[in-house]
Amino acid sequence: MMLLEISDLRKSFLTPDGSDHCVVNVKSFALSEQAQMALEGESGSGKTTFLHPIAGILKPDAGRIVLAGQEMSALKEPARDRLRATTIGYIFQTFNLLQGYTCLENVLLGMSFGPGADRNLAEKLLKRVGLGQRLAHYPRQLSSGQQQRVAVARALANNPKLVLADEPTGNLDHKSARESLALIREACRENEAALLLVSHDREVLGQFEHVGDFHKMNRAFAQEVET
Amino acid sequence: MTIGGIVLRSLRQHALSTVVTAASVALAGGLLMSVWVVKQQSQATFTGVNAGFDAVLGARGSKLQLVLNAIFHLEASPGNLAWQDFLDIQEDPNVELAIPLAVGDNYRGYRLVGTTPELFHKAEYAPGKHFELQAGGDWFDPGRREAVVGDFVARKMRLKVGDTFHPFHGLIFDEKNQHSETYVVIGALKPSNTPADRVIWIPLAGIQRMSGHDPNAATDVSAVLVKLKAGSAIAGFQMDMMYNKQGNRLTFAWPIGRVMADLFDKIGWFDRVLTLVCYLVMLVAAGSILASIYNSMNERRREFAILRALGARRATVFSAIVLEAAAIAALGMSAAFGIYLGLVTFVAGIIRAQTGVVLDPFSFNPVMLWSPAAFTALGALSGVVPAIKAYRTDVASNLTPPS
Repeated sequence: MMLLEISDLRKSFLTPDGSDHCVVNVKSFALSEQAQMALEGESGSGKTTFLHPIAGILKPDAGRIVLAGQEMSALKEPARDRLRATTIGYIFQTFNLLQGYTCLENVLLGMSFGPGADRNLAEKLLKRVGLGQRLAHYPRQLSSGQQQRVAVARALANNPKLVLADEPTGNLDHKSARESLALIREACRENEAALLLVSHDREVLGQFEHVGDFHKMNRAFAQEVET
Repeated sequence: MTIGGIVLRSLRQHALSTVVTAASVALAGGLLMSVWVVKQQSQATFTGVNAGFDAVLGARGSKLQLVLNAIFHLEASPGNLAWQDFLDIQEDPNVELAIPLAVGDNYRGYRLVGTTPELFHKAEYAPGKHFELQAGGDWFDPGRREAVVGDFVARKMRLKVGDTFHPFHGLIFDEKNQHSETYVVIGALKPSNTPADRVIWIPLAGIQRMSGHDPNAATDVSAVLVKLKAGSAIAGFQMDMMYNKQGNRLTFAWPIGRVMADLFDKIGWFDRVLTLVCYLVMLVAAGSILASIYNSMNERRREFAILRALGARRATVFSAIVLEAAAIAALGMSAAFGIYLGLVTFVAGIIRAQTGVVLDPFSFNPVMLWSPAAFTALGALSGVVPAIKAYRTDVASNLTPPS
């Protein structure tokens, strides 16, 4: 059963000279429930801009995004926020942990706008990612790898159906990147969440059975390269 | 995690600016409450203090000067009146009690007031309250050089029963103007929290016949405190007419509270300026909250973007900022009570030392309810501008840290 279905997705931005610059133009894309898929693409190919409409952070200019049976692209912003909070977990390249919050508080925050804070679950998730002894630590007191693990726990905090991972290993060293990726995949599997990861790192991409070529998928980028 | 939790963590994260801004609110709030309470309490107390009398009879002059001199033991006497004037009013059928006072000397700045023992035995300085002596003391004998000291003077000058002193001429202390007479402290009053605490009471004749005083005025008095019989309100009006309108030799200050109220009416402009300054201080404090939060907006854009990416609605972010501003104001107002207590205690000490009038910092005043509410509301209002900025934060473009 399909979890995510996208058709004729377009997203443009205004350039400083006032013209439209199309960044994403995807004819179709689909991801089934609990599937794990990576999209390969260079920096600037529009990968992040592709993920944002899926998460409801950006509203597409055109096209249809259906997530877990709900048409995200047709929803108004508060409803998109709600759907994001209850259905999606997001892992960022720069972790995006709140510096004033402890590890536990960051994970609790991930639950707050969705199903509601559950301290036991938050602690369980942090123990799962190996940070059971760091609950009261602040992000600045952790290594990059540890911060990414907090981000993983936070992304899973609302029991999402889909985890979006945007270059999740981009800021990690080789060893941490490998461990972190394995953790993301295992954790998603354990939580029965589908995973859509975008990266330009061939070693990361090599871990996935299903890898899509975002260059080909995104007609906007292909046209740009041609011109 | 609730919005309250988000606000709490934000305050903790920006602890320094929170404390500094809350401190500015505390100062403003403390100042506002202090000014308000001192203003209202002093007005109520000064217009309420009458030493248990309805009127003061004195030489022709200002009613205010007469009341300040005879009731508050401030100011000089406008002049003397003859003993016969005292007897006349004492014998008036509408007068329940008339007590003569004579002033003109001091002991190291504290005023000596000559009077008769009736003041202590018959007058009620407050309803149902007579002057009382501290243990071991006695009332002065009108025929001897004995003194009963007010509680404040006893403590400040460390005067106790058995001590002796030489009065000084005039109402202002001058070492060179010492009288030769020696007075013995025979008793000290229990605190009455009235201007009487700042006075050294001696027999009337003591002032009248002090060495160096004019022998021709040896029977004159400075003022007469007058208590009218109950239900004689019309008598006060008649006496007012008789002394003030028909006569031209004496002044009848009646009712005492009205005379003081007139004073406060005259300085009403000062009251209004002070109030205006308080409101301006309130606005400045609100402005400091606005500036503090607004200045942090740029560095916090990413924080808002992350919150939004986690599913927080724009309205949630907006509310969090408004609540944060209100919380800073509320925090400041909590501390404002400490500043208020310190300020009013200090000011009350000065007022008591100068006038004997006692202000109570712990007495409830509605400003203690409405000013924290007003400051918190104003704080919340000042948070609206930065909250709008937070509300408009673009999520996608602010999720990446600035390079």
